[in-house]
Amino acid sequence: MIARENSQDSGSFYEESGRYRGLLSWLFTTDHKRIGILYLISVLSFFAAGVVLGLLMRLNLIDPGRFISERTYNSLFTVHGVIQIFLFIIPAIPTTLGNFFLPLLIGARDVAFPRINLLSWWLFILGGLIVVLSVFTGGGAPDTGWTFYAPYSIRTTSNVSLALFGVFILGFSSILTGLNFVTTIHRLRAPGMKWFRMPLFVWSLYATAWTQILATPILAIAVLLLVLERMFGIGFFDPTKGGDPILFEHLFWIYSHPAVYIMILPAMGVVTEIFPVFARKTVFGYKAIAFSSLAIAFFGYLVWGHHMFTSGMSDTSRIIFSLITFLVAVPSGVKVFNWIATLYKGSIEVYSPLLFSLTFIFLFSIGGLTGLINGTLSLNLYIHGTYFIVAHFHYTMFGGAGFGFFAGLHYWFPKMFGRMYNERAAKTACFIMFIGFNLLYFSMFVLGLQGMPRRYFQYLPQFRTNHIISTIGSWIFVAGLLIMFGNLIWSLRKGKKAPNNPWGGKTLEWQTSSPPPRENFEEIPVITHGPYKFD
Amino acid sequence: MEKTETVHAVHARDIEGAKMGMWVFLFTEMLLFGGLFLLYSVYRSKYTADFHRSAAELDIVLGTMNTVILLTSSLTMVLSISALRKGHRGLSSLFQGMTILLAIIFLVNKYFEWSAHIHQGIYPDSPVLLAMKRGDIIFFSLYFVMTGIHGLHVLIGAGVIAGTLVFTTQGKLGPDNFVMLENTGLYWHFVDIIWIYLFPLFYLIV
Amino acid sequence: MSTEQETQLTATRYRRYVYVWLSLIVLTSLTVSVARLHLTHYAILIAILIATTKAGIVVTFFMHLKNEPLILKLMLFVALLAFTLIALLTFSDVWYR
Repeated sequence: MIARENSQDSGSFYEESGRYRGLLSWLFTTDHKRIGILYLISVLSFFAAGVVLGLLMRLNLIDPGRFISERTYNSLFTVHGVIQIFLFIIPAIPTTLGNFFLPLLIGARDVAFPRINLLSWWLFILGGLIVVLSVFTGGGAPDTGWTFYAPYSIRTTSNVSLALFGVFILGFSSILTGLNFVTTIHRLRAPGMKWFRMPLFVWSLYATAWTQILATPILAIAVLLLVLERMFGIGFFDPTKGGDPILFEHLFWIYSHPAVYIMILPAMGVVTEIFPVFARKTVFGYKAIAFSSLAIAFFGYLVWGHHMFTSGMSDTSRIIFSLITFLVAVPSGVKVFNWIATLYKGSIEVYSPLLFSLTFIFLFSIGGLTGLINGTLSLNLYIHGTYFIVAHFHYTMFGGAGFGFFAGLHYWFPKMFGRMYNERAAKTACFIMFIGFNLLYFSMFVLGLQGMPRRYFQYLPQFRTNHIISTIGSWIFVAGLLIMFGNLIWSLRKGKKAPNNPWGGKTLEWQTSSPPPRENFEEIPVITHGPYKFD
Repeated sequence: MEKTETVHAVHARDIEGAKMGMWVFLFTEMLLFGGLFLLYSVYRSKYTADFHRSAAELDIVLGTMNTVILLTSSLTMVLSISALRKGHRGLSSLFQGMTILLAIIFLVNKYFEWSAHIHQGIYPDSPVLLAMKRGDIIFFSLYFVMTGIHGLHVLIGAGVIAGTLVFTTQGKLGPDNFVMLENTGLYWHFVDIIWIYLFPLFYLIV
Repeated sequence: MSTEQETQLTATRYRRYVYVWLSLIVLTSLTVSVARLHLTHYAILIAILIATTKAGIVVTFFMHLKNEPLILKLMLFVALLAFTLIALLTFSDVWYR
């Protein structure tokens, strides 16, 4: 037996088995697990770039103009938004943890369309590269904000068209993933795995996939029309030609609001997997959680106007959108209640996946509750376009979806890589990140209520203190991030070998080896009960 | 090796799954065009009189001809699938070829239509167009964008059918391997349906 | 319905498809004729109705949806519902400004 240098056991999916060798065996793989790893590397690389841009923004804001010019600042927040949204948080959980674990969780050998899965990843890389290219070519990085509102996005000489083309391609990557997951869940469940015996992460991926399918095309047409507007002057969003800029906002947000549910639903699914395991207790209210995922996807599709309350829409529509926005909070609240009830009287062991999940509940709840404040029409008129909004969406997208992603990474790390990470380092990182996160973003709630507008390069003196607190928070937070990723990366090679089921989980992925073999299971299991049987 | 073959066999056998994937893809196309139709209806309600007047500039004869052409191409497409499933590869190839031919005629007609307008100076951002009323500008911009994107889909569809035609003549498609043609048909019928809506909205409301 | 059964059925359908095509042609001539009447207010409604009938015929017969499992029909309904709701909400803005 030749001792292998890397950690992977013989028989794992890391072993080469197909036509290609080495790097090519990764770039041309159709194995969902390898594709998940490819996405993981890509997504985290873009995340790192986005974090750097965020740090630069915060650097400017402790002393505006000292390090960074106004024009550069506009591009910083634009590209930061485009990268973190389209290249990190929207794809993150579905393409990494979703791709890796969906087939395992339902007892399948792969997704329904493995080659389309690979195409999704190639399109992701292509779109990402085009976006990066747009930063360094043409008239300079886009400076419109990631929302690309007309008419400025039509008139600006910055490299908007190329960036939008990149976003267009990324949209197709997302659509193909959604299409693949819906078909996989319908067609490839193991014998005996009825719908209500599926793990709840799968339910969340299902709801997410439908949102990807039904919302992303609207973004595609919105950005396509904007590019046509810039290239051919068609006039749909140009008032001088009879167009209406608010229609662009409608098309843009018809996608971009459901997009936030693409971000959060999988994260909610991840923590729903984690809580029963670390409370040694079945999930409270399985059906309520399953249906609330669908309800969030459905209602989330109908609230986009709350991003446009001050744009000039009719009063009628603003009242309707505000009402539906309140309704969408209900299923989210149901989930939080069920998670707490799952933990209640459970036999709790606080490992890092649980710690990240608890942090998720705390941060997401703050985000969610402030979302209700934003959704209140009368209040929105006052806080729209201020730092209050910036704080809200960072709490939900980053504190929520982001920390859900980190929780999932820690929970499933042993399965994906066959190694354990250092538990103390993980908890330390979580703690430091929690402190840094709240300093970084809670100060923004205060700033927003005091009247500090968002996307502003500089500000009045009274806002200085909170900006300094926020920037220091960003440094503390990044220190925590570095510890967390340092721990995980170090553990890839040096971590203890992981057993098949380090956490005592009951879902199917824990019944196969860590890492799993190429075909996932020796034999496809026959399912006779639900996924969280802990007695 | 045997295990890998089993996996591939499983994938090849799931006809329902393949069709489901195609239908889901068509939903995305439906939403894509839906966005355009939504813009159209918003602007129509805003510029009703201008839209009525500008629509009269379009050639209703050419439009009707193109509608009949596409409907017939849908017929030939679905007949090609039936033929293939009965094992008549030759007949299926014939019908596929007819579908491609009809698609080309459609595109040629479109070319003539567009040329006529461009010759008159009517195209996006043209001085002639910009001198017209706001509703006219939007109408013609919508016309070019919507029929343009639709035409692109016709072109792509024709290309894909050319591919299935090659596979059919090579014997790669047959009664026990027809899903590719079935899915191509689904795409083609969708393209037909888009035109079914485009036709009255641009040519008939005068 | 099994794949073999379906094959049998679709295979004998040449004539039926031609009849379907004929009905589509008839509806096309209908919609053109109605347009000549210049009904202004109702013109667009009638045109959309006829177009939707034609689209429904294409979906049901040419796209074989009639013989497909219920789940596909449900999915189509969901997609159409999504688009309808988007349109209605957008118009709640545009019409009431």
